[in-house]
Amino acid sequence: MSSNTDFALAIEGLTVSFDGFKAVEDLNLYVNKGELRVVIGPNGAGKTTVLDLICGRTRASSGSIKFNNRELTKLAEHQIVRAGVGRKFQTPSIYENLTVFENLEVSFPRGRGVWGAIAFKRSSDVVERVHAVAEEIYLSEELQLPAEELSHGQKQWLEIGMLLMQEPELLMLDEPVAGMSVAERKRTAELLNRISKNRSMIVIEHDMEFVKDIADRVTVLHQGKVLADGRMEAVQANPDVIEVYLGH
Amino acid sequence: MKTLYQNVFGGRSGMLSLGLLAAVIFIVLPLGLDIFRLNLVGKYLTYAFVAVGLVLCWGYGGVLSLGQGIFFGLGGYCMAMFLKLEASDPESTSIQSTPGIPDFMDWNQITELPWFWEPFQSFTFTLFAILLVPVLLAFIIGFAMFKRRVGGVYFAIVTQAVALILSVLIIGQQGLTGGVNGITDLKTLLGWDIRTDSAKYILYFINGGLLIACILFARFLLSSKLGKLLLAMRDKEERVRFSGYNVADFKLFTFCIAAAFSAIGGAMFTLQVGFMSPSFVGIVPSIEMVIYAAVGGRMSLVGAVYGALLVNYGKTVFSETFPELWLYCMAALFIGVVMLAPNGLAGVWESKLKPWLQRVKARRAERVSAPAPAAAEPSLKEAPAQTPEHSAPRRDGKVPPGTAAQPIN
Repeated sequence: MSSNTDFALAIEGLTVSFDGFKAVEDLNLYVNKGELRVVIGPNGAGKTTVLDLICGRTRASSGSIKFNNRELTKLAEHQIVRAGVGRKFQTPSIYENLTVFENLEVSFPRGRGVWGAIAFKRSSDVVERVHAVAEEIYLSEELQLPAEELSHGQKQWLEIGMLLMQEPELLMLDEPVAGMSVAERKRTAELLNRISKNRSMIVIEHDMEFVKDIADRVTVLHQGKVLADGRMEAVQANPDVIEVYLGH
Repeated sequence: MKTLYQNVFGGRSGMLSLGLLAAVIFIVLPLGLDIFRLNLVGKYLTYAFVAVGLVLCWGYGGVLSLGQGIFFGLGGYCMAMFLKLEASDPESTSIQSTPGIPDFMDWNQITELPWFWEPFQSFTFTLFAILLVPVLLAFIIGFAMFKRRVGGVYFAIVTQAVALILSVLIIGQQGLTGGVNGITDLKTLLGWDIRTDSAKYILYFINGGLLIACILFARFLLSSKLGKLLLAMRDKEERVRFSGYNVADFKLFTFCIAAAFSAIGGAMFTLQVGFMSPSFVGIVPSIEMVIYAAVGGRMSLVGAVYGALLVNYGKTVFSETFPELWLYCMAALFIGVVMLAPNGLAGVWESKLKPWLQRVKARRAERVSAPAPAAAEPSLKEAPAQTPEHSAPRRDGKVPPGTAAQPIN
């Protein structure tokens, strides 16, 4: 087993195979505390699978994922979340039947057991937190709307807001600006830069302009392995990366 | 969807619909029906417990159980065992070769009370058992299924299989359970004769009170964060799981509550009807119970009660006149509801009749504010009469206060 580190997230020797096909193979990835890491790569490179592995949606065949030196590969999904890992899905995943307020309220990290949920009260700290997060994700005006009436971009923001309610130490976003207008992309970049101040983040993205706006470091995945790793300019200049990804 | 959701939560319209239901159960039906018919309605209302439970676990939780008859039956059998033991005192069974045990045991050459019958001599134990035995079984089934993330059709099939197994088991163990006849000839509850008309009246009111209590308890659950989580789970289970909730626990809890409601219904059934048999445990009754909830509206606790009353009333009428057609009618009813009104009668009320009523009210208000106030009065009376086929059954409540009652009269 791997030893303890100062990294927020330390992935070592991670492998997962689906019926012999290795979607992720012997992957090593380290994310510092407070770092915003962007993962890019061509389709099928294993980007989403890596996020699935970290949050427990997919189980690793071998290897270790340590979050603040705590092994995640053996924990259940809800335990990983409670350890401080939040994950946004690729398509906006919100509760269409509930209002924006209720979507955020349900994500508040209290009363997560059955009895706790029954006893849960909408106390002033919950309301304050909902309003603070709504302000952050540009949805203060829409709090009482049913979530199904939001635009696509607003739904993406709402899901980010639902994660912020939990104040995760590690926030993972899968293509947060997919399907957004140029103006919405800009606001999302501002949002991500703001919320990344006191937490680590992993973002999967295809839009290179957007990546430049937000990334501290970029990791390029290709066929389940790390192809290149470093600052955006360095990665863009890397001949291997140009060959498999950027050049096309 | 949204309005329906708020409505079930209470507020003014929620209290109104519940008050109306209480008025129907406690005033309209007892005044309008003779004791034979009222006892029949009491029997229908015991199914409403199951339907209310299904609203929780199917409507809100998204877990379709086709085996609620299991819990209805277990609750009913627990009560029946107590009553049977009381009816089998040594004097009244003195002609048996072993006096003091239930008659069907004697017919099956059993000479000693089986061990699991012993504790049912205590009424306190029986009351606990009525709730705990079904809930324990629901917990075991639910734990095994939900922890493995078995859901949807597969869960429905498993519950149906359990219902079949249980009814076959009860029929097969004739000496221990009374077999296909069930447990019959129940006489007294703690010395109180439950076969008299006055007892039937009292039991009817106890039954109604328990039903209202169950609805209120369900509303309390649904108005808490648990209710929102159930809706959220039905919509986006993954999102709930990745928000730090153990989804299986919530499904398990809801399934157990639904089982407890069904068990109360089963016990009240035994008391009011005077017997319990495996024909209320198996697949067909379990599916019928789902139909009550579907017809009434699977998102409406109050609607489910009307659904149980209506379908059972239809069943009684049809099976008296065209017995062989009833199953086809019920199948057609179910298919029709699923295709045309997925939220049942309560859904029709919410999406069609309520907006229409509001338009009528708004038009009336306009006329009042504009020229002649006198014109408002008749328009109020005319309005519902213009579309009798709709308004007659569902003018004020979710569903027909009158339909279940008047035609019987």
